Amino acid sequence: MEQQELIPHLFRTEFRKIVAVLGKHFGAGHLDVAEDLASDTFAAALETWPYRGIPANPTAWLYAVARNKALNYLRRNRHFTREVADQLKKDPDDFQESEIDLSEGNIRDSQLQMLFAVCHPAISVPAQVGLALRILCGFGIDEIATAFLTNKETVNKRLFRARETLRREQVAIEYPGEGEIESRLESVLTTLYLLFSEGYYSESREPVIREDLCAEAMRLTALLLEAGPANSPEANALFALMSFQASRLGARQNGSGELILYQDQDESLWDAALIAQGARYLNLASRGSRLSRYHLEAGIAYWHTIKEDTREKWENILYLYNLLLQVAYSPVAALNRTYAFSKIHGKEAAIREAERLKLSGNPYYFTLLGELHSGLDDEKARMHFEKALELARTEADRRVIQQRLGIRK
Amino acid sequence: MEQYALIMRHEDGGKVASPEQMESWMKQTMDWIGGIAAQNKFVGGTGLPFDDARVVHAGNMVTNGPFGDIKETIGGFITVKAESVEEAVEFAKGCPVLQGEGNTVEVRRIARDH
Repeated sequence: MEQQELIPHLFRTEFRKIVAVLGKHFGAGHLDVAEDLASDTFAAALETWPYRGIPANPTAWLYAVARNKALNYLRRNRHFTREVADQLKKDPDDFQESEIDLSEGNIRDSQLQMLFAVCHPAISVPAQVGLALRILCGFGIDEIATAFLTNKETVNKRLFRARETLRREQVAIEYPGEGEIESRLESVLTTLYLLFSEGYYSESREPVIREDLCAEAMRLTALLLEAGPANSPEANALFALMSFQASRLGARQNGSGELILYQDQDESLWDAALIAQGARYLNLASRGSRLSRYHLEAGIAYWHTIKEDTREKWENILYLYNLLLQVAYSPVAALNRTYAFSKIHGKEAAIREAERLKLSGNPYYFTLLGELHSGLDDEKARMHFEKALELARTEADRRVIQQRLGIRK
Repeated sequence: MEQYALIMRHEDGGKVASPEQMESWMKQTMDWIGGIAAQNKFVGGTGLPFDDARVVHAGNMVTNGPFGDIKETIGGFITVKAESVEEAVEFAKGCPVLQGEGNTVEVRRIARDH
């Protein structure tokens, strides 16, 4: 492997592990130190490897360097060591020499515990997502800024405040206790869900699809499922939802990155293994009595893995959207529900339903109305598509609407 | 925004429906509620089964019932958000219970603390 490829690859896989272990070792109040030491470790690799050659086991080399850097840091910064030891209720001298455990097991535990710390309810939801991307996925500040259509300063400020909150609230990097796990798990699932959704389809940023965000969300959810008490029906349902949706990622874009709508997708490109995985986890999610939004959305996603347009399919989708809107209203769910409604009750009835939604600032509202009027009143359909075009926020959306209008660019 | 209870009253709740009618009625009710939820105006609600129902009278006398066959029984209620009673009435108009002769939906504002 060439060095140019090796470093980004190692950075992607190892940076977050080093941060998680060091962060866990120092406590949530000192995540910045953990991040700095991990960055220093990669800087050291870049200073050494070009001259001395790439070590036989680069990962082991990185871990050894990270460990040494952490121990040196503790020796040189007595004040920091005392503070950390004090917070962790340990003897400063023992702590200074204590083993930094970069074993596979401790890496996994640290990442999982870090996931719960990062999704602490005292931190705002956007900051939770940002912090998760930084600490648990090893994303750079630039990448996070691009992913959320904001600038570096905003991301830095948001992450700074989040780290301050972790310090102030003295959030422990540990697995929440029995009584707490349910409520803490809820915000972890929300963050993972948002992370996946942002990658699956962004309403406001180009490119609208970012498979890397989806992959990271799935990796973290899989990690969560491996841990006993967090393996809840909701978490399984979320993983099923992600699997069903991800099965279509390869079919949603053409070679030049243009969006391909569901009805035009080549279903032979859908990933059958992911669909099967989704079904398996949806099955695992079917215990307990609570029907969460993830169960309902996974159910809707399941029916979308069947391409054929049957009445049974749309009846089920409508039924699930009816329930979903009662637990978790969102404009996009309201619009999709109306589309499903049209499949069962016809376009005229669906237009009446749509007009009650009061979503006239939403481009997808007009796309839906355009779709529903098509074939009934093509002039009206055209007017709605034009309004949608005016409101669309991404080039990908504009292109889709232009296709419906018959405008080729 | 106020909240309103939409109370469904059946003229004759004891009417025996075929499984097909029940299925259709259930779907219609779900679509009705889904349509309100799609406007982000649904708060909650439930059906009120007749089986095992009791009436507690003055003097703590308890009788069985009400049974579905008496006039004017409450079959269920939902709670909605609405800007005005008129908007709540529009929601009520879509209730499938109204397809039955003599049935009614009563719209009542829910009292607030302030």
